[in-house]
Amino acid sequence: MISNPATLALAAWLLPALSFLVLAIVYPLRRLGKPAAWFSTLCAAAAVISAFLTWNTASAATEPLRLVWPWLPSGGVTIADVGVLVDAQSSVMLCLVTLVSFLVQFYSLGYLHDEPAPSFGRYYAYQSLFAFSMIGLALSPNLLQLFMCWELVGLCSYLLIGYWYQRPSAARAAVKAFWITKAGDVGLLIGIVMLWRLTGTFDFEQLRMMATSGAIPVAGLSIITFAIYMGAMGKSAQFPFHVWLPDAMEGPTPVSALIHAATMVTAGVYLLVRTDWLFALTPNVLTIVAWIGAFTALLAAVLACVQDDIKRVLAYSTVSQLGYMMTAIGAGVAPAGFLHLLTHGLFKALLFLGAGAVIHAVGSNDLPRMGGLARRMPQTALLFIVGTLSLAGIPLFGGFLSKEEILGAVWMGGLPGPFALLMLVAFLTAFYMFRVVFLAFFGRPAPAAAVAHAGHAGAAATGGAAPRVAHAHLHNEAVVEGAHVNEAPHAHEPPATMLLPLWVLGLMTMAVGVYTTFGGAATAGFFVGGEHVAANAEPALPPGWLTPAAVSAGIAGILLAWLTYQTRTISATSLAAAFGPIRTAAIRKFWIDDLFEAIYGVILLGFSRVVGWIDRYIVDGVLNLLSDWTVQAGDELRGIQTGKPQDYVYGVATGVLVLVLLMRLVF
Amino acid sequence: MGLQPYLLLSATVFSIGLFGVMTRRNTIGILLGIELMMNAVNINLVAFSRYTAAVSGMIFTVFTICITVTEAALGLAIVILLFRVRRTVMADHLDLLKG
Repeated sequence: MISNPATLALAAWLLPALSFLVLAIVYPLRRLGKPAAWFSTLCAAAAVISAFLTWNTASAATEPLRLVWPWLPSGGVTIADVGVLVDAQSSVMLCLVTLVSFLVQFYSLGYLHDEPAPSFGRYYAYQSLFAFSMIGLALSPNLLQLFMCWELVGLCSYLLIGYWYQRPSAARAAVKAFWITKAGDVGLLIGIVMLWRLTGTFDFEQLRMMATSGAIPVAGLSIITFAIYMGAMGKSAQFPFHVWLPDAMEGPTPVSALIHAATMVTAGVYLLVRTDWLFALTPNVLTIVAWIGAFTALLAAVLACVQDDIKRVLAYSTVSQLGYMMTAIGAGVAPAGFLHLLTHGLFKALLFLGAGAVIHAVGSNDLPRMGGLARRMPQTALLFIVGTLSLAGIPLFGGFLSKEEILGAVWMGGLPGPFALLMLVAFLTAFYMFRVVFLAFFGRPAPAAAVAHAGHAGAAATGGAAPRVAHAHLHNEAVVEGAHVNEAPHAHEPPATMLLPLWVLGLMTMAVGVYTTFGGAATAGFFVGGEHVAANAEPALPPGWLTPAAVSAGIAGILLAWLTYQTRTISATSLAAAFGPIRTAAIRKFWIDDLFEAIYGVILLGFSRVVGWIDRYIVDGVLNLLSDWTVQAGDELRGIQTGKPQDYVYGVATGVLVLVLLMRLVF
Repeated sequence: MGLQPYLLLSATVFSIGLFGVMTRRNTIGILLGIELMMNAVNINLVAFSRYTAAVSGMIFTVFTICITVTEAALGLAIVILLFRVRRTVMADHLDLLKG
């Protein structure tokens, strides 16, 4: 039995790689669909087991465990290692990634069961590649391997957003996500290389020792940390790079749960958590991180309030929560951000998978087309509400402690501005999430659906046809326009393959919530590594009014949503009218997407046109002129060639004569 | 007798040959001119050979005569073929290489 945690972690890393390679190379297996899916899911399950064994043993170890091989040898010196670095943070991140990855793969067995077999196999190949890359990122012992895996997860995100690549909107969203994160990645690469020039190493352990012993010169370090932060901004969808995440919802819902909620988008936060000792040297950059994080949180929360697409609400909520995590890091308390990363990973995956179950049942993402679903799918509704309460930061639920920790950290970090923004966000978060809950699960079913219900009461018995029609929506929006009217009445609980992951995530969220609510801040160390929290939590405790204030902000949000969307005491239209200009702006996404498009359309395309003109008329022009001259000169000179032999003899004789004369007269 | 008269003779024969090559329209005439130029070279070779008392010039002349003969044979063959194809041997009509 292997008991070395590093070996176990390596196994957890390589199992998805094995699955990916088998699915990529063994073409017939991939084309079969179902067997490929089961193979990949089993590999993911084995990875989960080894990940939890790793965590179990690694959390006891005091020293980080390394299992590395030399990589990039250059003139006797190894530039970087490749392998795994197991410490408290990376092992718990490993657990989150493998767990959510496995649950999502299992869930997809039900969610995508109507996909054609070849694309089903392709989906699982991408899923395995993603799991491999994300685990490699989490366990990376140095910045170089991290960057490589960072790019790989970006690629997987691109491939999976564009899974239904026949749909132009999905293809566009995939390209948008790829390019915007790439813009940040350039910053990350520059930052890593500049840091290497400064310190001569990529290794986390060495860098950490240098940073804590003060061996890294602080002059000029701000540029490096800001460049690294740029990468995190792109990946973790911080303003102004947040625009790609809502569009990424074009991918299948399980993909959104895995990549765009629980794991990949948190890679930026994870990077900053991993390098918090470096950022601690540049407090000015940390202040920027905090302000941008808080601003992003508020902006996304406002945007989430006006969305009618259930997945887009969740997407903006993810952006908002990522802003929370970043603010905590900016306040200098990375463990609080990391704790929120972990709890958020659980409950946001739960919310997305729950939303997937709803979409699967209703056949539409549109909130106004849902309603009264709690009666038809009580389990899904219950679990969705667990996730929502968690996100709202209600005690006993998963997100409670992590949210308090962040708010406390930001307050104690001397950042009252971001703190005020985050409190507002806590209120808005509860409001928009319960708006979703009341619109989708309670109240009256949508009118169109109710009419259809009367007409098709008997059809519910045939049942089986409904999910198929529901899936048609995913492939072809034209089909759903005609079909969705019939579907809501047939809405029913999802199959067991989809319900089981929901229950696992829901129970884990509850378990984490109950454990942390009763245990208090000290239990956070259980998840993020004891020494970090102990070091940061000792000096000062946040004021006592903070927890009641944050919880009441959440409850106020819930109340407002209840009054507006459940009892209809407050008319939704008059509420909207009260926030007229803000609402209009939010519907237009604060013109940020338009701004990007304008930048693209006017500046970039304009510049390309200028460059194109220069290329066509100046660079090509000079060449064309030269070639024209050559052709013309040739035309002129060809007359010399008479073709008559005697003319050539004249030429030779004259030439010899001239040479002789030259020799006599000149030389 | 010194070297100079031979060289003068050689130069004269060469010039006559060159004049023939340049002015004759008939290809056979041009060939004859070339023969004259070749022989002018031979005279030169023999004269210098005698003058410097080196035998190699004489031997070289023998080779040159051989080459002259083969060149004449080849040249005439080409002219005959040319006549068969083009029905003319006038040099100024043979301008296929005109640019």
